Formats: sequence, C-alpha cells, structure tokens
Amino acid sequence: MFKNPEELKYTKTHEWVKEEDGLWVVGLTDYAQDALGDIVFVNLPEVGDEVKAGEVFSDVESVKAVSDVYSPVSGVVAEVNEAIVDDPSLVNGDCYGAWMIKVKDVSGTDDLLDAKAYEEVCAQEA
Amino acid sequence: MGRYIPETKAQQEEMLKQIGARSLDDLYDMVPEKARLNDLHIPEGKSEMEVYEELCDIADKNTVFKSVFRGAGVYKRYIPAIVKTITSKEEFLTAYTPYQAEISQGVLQSIFEYQSQMCELTGLDVSNASVYDGAVAAAEGIFMTLERKKNEVLVSDTIDPETMQVIKTYCESRDVKLVVLKNRDHKTDLEEIEKAITENTAGLYVESPNFYGLIEDVEALAKRMHESGGRIVMGFDPIALALYKTPGEMDVDIAVGEGQQLGMPMGFGGPYLGIMTCKKELMRKLPGRIVGQTEDHDGRRAYVLTLQAREQHIRREKASSNICSNEALCAMTASVYLAAMGPRGLYDAALNSYRNAHYLAEELGKIGFTRKDEGEFFDEFLSVSPVDPDLLEEKLAQRKILSGLKVEDGILWCATELNNKAKIDELIKAIGEVL
Amino acid sequence: MKLLFEESKKGRGNAFLPAADTGSYVPDEKYLRKSALHLPEMAEVDIDRHYTQLAKQTHGVNDGFYPLGSCTMKYNPRIDEETASLPGFTQIHPLQPLSSVQGCMEVLYRSEKLLCEITGMDAMMFAPAAGAHGEYTGLLLIRKYHQERKDFERVNIIVPDSAHGTNPASAVMAGFKVVNIPSNDKGGVDLDALRNAVGKDTAGLMLTNPNTLGLFDPNILEITKIVHEAGGLCYYDGANLNAIMGRVRPGDMGFDCVHLNLHKTFATPHGGGGPGSGPVGCKAFLQRYLPCHKVEKKEEGYVFTDPEMSMGQVRSYYGNFLVVVKALTYILTLGKEGIREASGKAVLNANYMMHRLKEKYEVAYDQTCMHEFVLSLEGLKKQTGVSAMDIAKGSLDFGIHPPTMYFPLIVHEALMFEPTETESKEVIDEAVKIYLDLYDKALSDPEYLHSAPHHCPIGRPDETKAAREPVLKYEFND
Repeated sequence: MFKNPEELKYTKTHEWVKEEDGLWVVGLTDYAQDALGDIVFVNLPEVGDEVKAGEVFSDVESVKAVSDVYSPVSGVVAEVNEAIVDDPSLVNGDCYGAWMIKVKDVSGTDDLLDAKAYEEVCAQEA
Repeated sequence: MGRYIPETKAQQEEMLKQIGARSLDDLYDMVPEKARLNDLHIPEGKSEMEVYEELCDIADKNTVFKSVFRGAGVYKRYIPAIVKTITSKEEFLTAYTPYQAEISQGVLQSIFEYQSQMCELTGLDVSNASVYDGAVAAAEGIFMTLERKKNEVLVSDTIDPETMQVIKTYCESRDVKLVVLKNRDHKTDLEEIEKAITENTAGLYVESPNFYGLIEDVEALAKRMHESGGRIVMGFDPIALALYKTPGEMDVDIAVGEGQQLGMPMGFGGPYLGIMTCKKELMRKLPGRIVGQTEDHDGRRAYVLTLQAREQHIRREKASSNICSNEALCAMTASVYLAAMGPRGLYDAALNSYRNAHYLAEELGKIGFTRKDEGEFFDEFLSVSPVDPDLLEEKLAQRKILSGLKVEDGILWCATELNNKAKIDELIKAIGEVL
Repeated sequence: MKLLFEESKKGRGNAFLPAADTGSYVPDEKYLRKSALHLPEMAEVDIDRHYTQLAKQTHGVNDGFYPLGSCTMKYNPRIDEETASLPGFTQIHPLQPLSSVQGCMEVLYRSEKLLCEITGMDAMMFAPAAGAHGEYTGLLLIRKYHQERKDFERVNIIVPDSAHGTNPASAVMAGFKVVNIPSNDKGGVDLDALRNAVGKDTAGLMLTNPNTLGLFDPNILEITKIVHEAGGLCYYDGANLNAIMGRVRPGDMGFDCVHLNLHKTFATPHGGGGPGSGPVGCKAFLQRYLPCHKVEKKEEGYVFTDPEMSMGQVRSYYGNFLVVVKALTYILTLGKEGIREASGKAVLNANYMMHRLKEKYEVAYDQTCMHEFVLSLEGLKKQTGVSAMDIAKGSLDFGIHPPTMYFPLIVHEALMFEPTETESKEVIDEAVKIYLDLYDKALSDPEYLHSAPHHCPIGRPDETKAAREPVLKYEFND
C-alpha cells in the first residue's frame, strides 16, 4: 500500500501539503509518483509567481507521459526545489522529502483531505 | 487487377466470404448515401511505361542550366555519388519514424551521428533531428527565445525574403510581436536595435552570411542582446562554417540553417533540411525529435527517441511545436555528405566557393558590374547592373547559363565550387556579347 | 556498432573536388573559425560499409510487414523514385525564370487538379512539408476567414478525444484554444457533446474520418451541419484518407478544408521520419487565404500568384516538390479504378485481419472497420500481466513491425493495426498466426514476453536513463 503520512494534508489530485514556518510546502504523493513511473523531468514555476488553489502550477514528465500538478493553496511561490529539477529521480525515491514549491501569503486552500480520507481516494482509483 | 495489390480475385472472394460481406462496396454501408461518390473524374490508370514517358516529357519542359550563378538561399553544389547510393537504400527510404528502437537502430544511430555533426559544425551543444526547412527552423528558433513575460522579437531585414515571409506568418499566428529592423548598407544596424529593444524583447534573428552575402558582426549583436537579457538566433550557411567563426564561438544561443547544400539537389524547392542547434540550457525548448544514447538491459549501447514528453503526441495542446514528421532522410543525406567530404573536403568546398566568388566579383567589376556593398562576403555578392537584368537573364538563358538574381537594387551573384575559372570566363564572355 | 566518429582515422579522406583555379583569395584572419572541425575522416569504402550495416539494423516496408496504424505503410513503388530523380526535376533552382520551370509548374497544377477531385475541394497547395504542417496551414485558413469577417470571438477549435496529438498542438500554434469533446459508445463523435460545445466562440472542428479507431462516423453529415450552423468551419485531417479515396470525399461530407499526407495515402516513402508532404486543400470561399506562390494556368503558360488575402508563407518556395512528383506518378499510374480499388482492398485487408484476430483478441469497437482497427489488451493484461507493449515487442522477433501502441488514448492497452492494400492474404495470414501464437505465449509464459524481443540487434532500451541523463551527441576527446 501507499505511504500517506498522518501529519500531511492531501488533495484529490494527489498532491500533499503541510504548513512549516509560515510557508506551505507542496509535493507529489506516493500514489502519484507510483502511477507516473520513472519521473524524468519536473517543470517548476518561478519564485514570485502566483499560484491558485485547484489550478495547475507545474507538470512532471515520465518517459511517455506528462501530468499536470495542481496547487492545494492560493498564494505566492516563495521557494522552488531546484534539486528535483537536477535529479527528478528524487521524487520517485522520497516523494515526501522531495517537495516542489513553498508558498507564502496563502489566502485560501482547496478542499484538503486528511490521510485517511485520501487513502480512500487512492483505493477508489486503483 | 489494380496496381501494387497482390491479392487475386479468388483470394478476395474468399476473404469477403469469411468476413460475411458480398462485395467491397458492402464494407462502406455506413457511409451516408448522400455523401457517396459515384464517379471519380480522373483519368484511367496507365502502364508504368506510359507514366514514365509522360513524366519525362513534363521534366523536359524545364530548363536544366549548364552553369548556375544564382544562389539566394538555394545552391548548386557537387554531390559525391555515394550520397545518393546510400540514401536510396530501401531500408532507410521505406521506414517510418523510428518508434520501435529494437528494429530501428540504423536510423536512430544515423540521426545521432547527424546531431553530433550539426553540433560540431555550429559549435553548440544540442541538435534536433531536423525540421522542414531553413525558414521554418528560423521561425521555430525565434519561438524558442520567447518567455512568459517577453513576447517581442527583432528580425533584421537583411535576411532571406522567403524566411522573412515564413517568420511573419508564424509570429502572426501566435500573436508574437515582430519588429523588422532596417539595414544600414545591407548589414544589420546596431542603432536600429537600440531603438527597437524593450524589456519585452525576447530575441533577435540575423543571418550571416546574410541575404546579400555579407558577413555580419554577430558577436556584437549577441553581446547587445545578452545585455538586455534577450537571446540571439543566427541563421547560418553550413558550408561557410568550415571557414568562418561558428555560432558557438560568437556566443549565439540558437543556430538555424538551411541544409540543402549538404548533399541535396535544388529540386525546385524541396525536400530540404531545417537544421536547429542550441545551447544546453535551451535543450527542453528545442522542438522536434531528438535521439539520445542509452543502454539496453544487457548494457549494449542503444539509441532511442528521447525527451519525448516535450512533443505533441504526449503534450498535445501544450506542446511547444506540432512537428511530427520531419526531414529524416534529408538529415541522413547531410550526414553522409559530411562523412564523405570529411573536414578537408568541406573546407575545400568552402574555400573554392570563396575563391570562385571573389574571382567572379573581380571579373564582373571589370565589365561594369561593380560590387554595391563593402565588407566581407563568402560566396555571394550584390552588383550593380549596367543592363536590364531581365534582358541579361534571357540572353544568358539562351546559352544555358542562369544569371544572378535580380533584386531591388542590383543583381545577386553566387559562385560555388562548381563555378570554376572556365565557367566564369564563359559567363564574362557571354555578357560581353550581350552588352 | 561503431559510430562514424569512432571509425575515423586522421589523414583519411576522399578527393571529390579539384583545387580552385581562380586565385588564392582567403578571408581575413579575424573572421576565421578557430575551433577544430571534427568530421569523420573515412575512405569511401568504409562509409559505404558503415551505412550498409546501419541499413541491416533498420526495418522498412521492404523488409517486411509494417501494420503501423495511422501511418499507412504501403509499398512505395520504385517508378516514383525514378521519375522524381529525373534531372529535369532535381536540377531546377526554385528561383529560375518562369519560362524555364513550366514542367515543374505543370506537376503542381496537375497534382492540384487530381487531388481536388479526389477530396472534393476547389484548390490545393503543396507548401506544407508534412501532415502537421498541413494542419497548421489549414487552421490558418480558418483563422483568416473569421478575422476577415471581424468575427474575433471565434477562438475555439473543437477536437474529439480520439484525435491525433498533432491536432490540438497545431490548433494552438495557429492561435486557437482547444476544446476537447468525448467520443460516444460507438467510437464516433458524441452529437450532444458537440451541440453543447459549439457556439459563438467556435472557430471550427478538426476531424479525422474514418477516425483513429478506424471507424467511419455515420453521423458525419449531421456533425458538419452542427458546426456550420454554429458559424464554425470543418477541417478534415487526411491522415486516414486511404480508407475512402475514390468512394467518399471530404468535400461531400461537409468539410471546408483538408490536409493530405502524400507520404501515407499516395505511397511516397517516409524516409525514417520524412520528408513528407502535407498539401492543404480548401473550398473556393477559402482560396483567397491560401499561402503565396499559388500556381495558375494562364494563356501564356503557368504563373505564380499570391492569393488576395494570403496568410503569407508557411515554408520557403513551393514545398517538398520532389515528393509531389512521386505522388503524381502514383496517381497517374493507379487512375480512377486503381484509386478506388486501393481503398477497397485496404478496408478488406483490415476487416479480414480483424476478423481473424478476434478468434482470441478483444476488438475495442467490434463493428465493420475501415482501413485500420484497434484491439484492447486490457483483459489480457489483467489476466496475465502481459501488456500491449509486450505483445508488440514479441512480434519484433518475427520480423513484423508492431502496430501502433497505446493510441488512441481512449482505448486502454491499445494496439492499432493498419495492414494496407499492398499486403497479400498470405502475409496477413502469417502475421495473424504469429499474433495468435503470441496470445498463447502470454498465457503460458508471460515472463518471456516481458523481456521480448530476444532476437533483435538490441533488447529494450532504457528510456528512463536516456531522458534523465541525456547524451545527445558524440563527445570528442580533444
């Protein structure tokens, strides 16, 4: 089964988010990285870009597919994780360590799920 | 029986029976009655002999010139016999895009070799597997410079007019603002750039040699663009690069070129070859197919189409370009040509062209067709015309000589390695008789 | 296999050119290339052998069956290569005086007339160099049309979810937004979804018919009517014309413009990925927007004209001319009956092959198909773990080029077969036997297929490595 840490919040579109030192950290879930297979490229926004809850802020490429990544929160990109651009395999290896963006000035969030509710979403899709 | 169809009448009946149909027409039952075609109004089919004769007759209505002094983007050069032999091999000719790497290593490796040669020629890091022609390569190269907040591009009016037309169409369709820079003495004018450049300027496109044959100061132009955070796209002549500074040496970001000269006949405009190379940092913005080296599960070296998630079949409406089929066999042609010529042969082709063109300029100057421009030129130059250029063209054509091209302020002459002393002297003599 | 550069030996070379006899002019030092130019230094014989080896590792139509769906990999007649190699065509500069290129212009003119008749269009141009390029050009016709009418709201192009990937990509390049609509349960356009999608913002619809499932949409007249009534235009993607040429025409189905793939339907070779030719055709009311350099026949001969409201140019000169020569040769050879027979036999071969494969495989939409059909291996995969990819790779060991895999996207574990009319019953029977055996193999020894192919020059390449650590050129050591 997929790992879904209790302390995180999730979206139906398979992103995780957590609040940390005033910033909202966003990444892809274990289910998402497994469904995508080997990730070969991550396309990230720039620092200062606005993101909106429920809207696409990034896409990730596997060898034969590309998938949109949706922002769980509305706000402004404060940091992007350049390490996963240089080595996208980090997302496959440790998706909860390999965050994608950190968002500041958060003005709202999408409907966020707890780990248990998200597990049900995954179970339905599998 | 129809042509190229191996099935016999009996086999056809048997197959129809098996699938439960009475006739071929039965298979089209779902086509609405109203839309069906009763009679196709084209001629009856012909035997191979008749068609061949007919096409020969049509070809005979064209004039094959014995010597060609016209370039303007398309050049008649010597093509070593081996080029055609190799590119006619039916495996290469009749294959589709190499989606199945296991049975396409030949095509894939040849594209990898082509990419390597194009990088080597231009001094840049990454090449794609080709686009349709030099003009489309220029348009696609310009698109590569665009960024979310930069949507304006500058294009020098010293470029090939055909390329300019294509760039205009492409930019208009994508709502890219295009600023055409007026030349000074047929060279790109830095002052015009200063006037036109804004914070939204994404890139500049220039050609060197440009349409008038002149070598542009690309280094200065590149420096200027980079100062404002823009990119420079340079259109190059692949033969000239054996002699002249490479785009890489001049800090160009994206190099594009028409590859026709690398082993392809003039062919009334095509098929040709659009070459594109760029700096590594722009790799993911490069459109079209790219071949990469990898390994199979036994560790054997292998080649595959790679970075495919950039492309239309995966990214669909979000793809950077819609290109699918490119000019693969033309790319192979270029690659075989370069392998056959080798570094020395390519240098000779370039130097001979340079020498022939400079001799031609000198000789034409002596009879009143003096050069209009100053500055370094490669194998093409503009001269004044003391006679009506149309009349000159007509008179020379009677002698199977294709004169230089009439442009708005003179005649654009070209000499390649084929235009040796005898051909040039013959031209000069012929002009003397016309005058 | 060694690369050209690995076979290179310093000092080797060939003598193709004499020394210049026009003087010793040299460019000024400051302009000169400083970096070394690493091109292969090889004797002609070694170059020849190098490519002969590469040819042996390449599968073309001439090597065997090539049922690659949507690509129409039919036999490429040799005579077409002959005519396109005539010096009277190859040795012609595109900027020669008109009087010296009347033959070339006749080729373009006659090809236009023939293809207009075949498609039911009023004008055709050959500037686009490939199918996707033709799509782009055709969409610009639609854009220009709405712009001239000051109908600036029409920004949407409707594309069914079964469409080729180039359709949405071309629409965006031509400045449109893409509206995707779902297919109905028979694989055709969902009429209600279409009615809901059209409106004042509809610029047009892009459609392939037969579609990418190989199915002819029986509602086609209703479809084009819905779009027209909403003020949009209908674009026909000609990728699948081979199924219907000589039997039903895009123009009679209500389409306003089309592109063709001469390298599919009209038998010109694909060259391992081009050069193709993607002429664009249109009804009379769109002619005024066509690209520049349109051939017209006047009393004094053929001339080039620029249409009144031309979109400009999409490529230099007149397109991939020599490819057009090949297609013209083909059409003249087949003639009216040959064209009709080719489509009929293509459809027969596909239906026959589908019928035979149904013995074991599941067909995605089980009905009379056109020139191609799609299997779904979803069930087989659930049962055995063997995927469409595994079956495709398995067929490589038998000298068959696999069908198109994982397309169209709306069928899971899809394999799309297009046998074409130029294959005999014997070839198809043999292929059917191989695919049926592969099915049995999937049940008895799935592992074997997971690791297929076993007898090709290489096994499955590591595509993840290729994409994560791109090696895109040879690195020279000095």
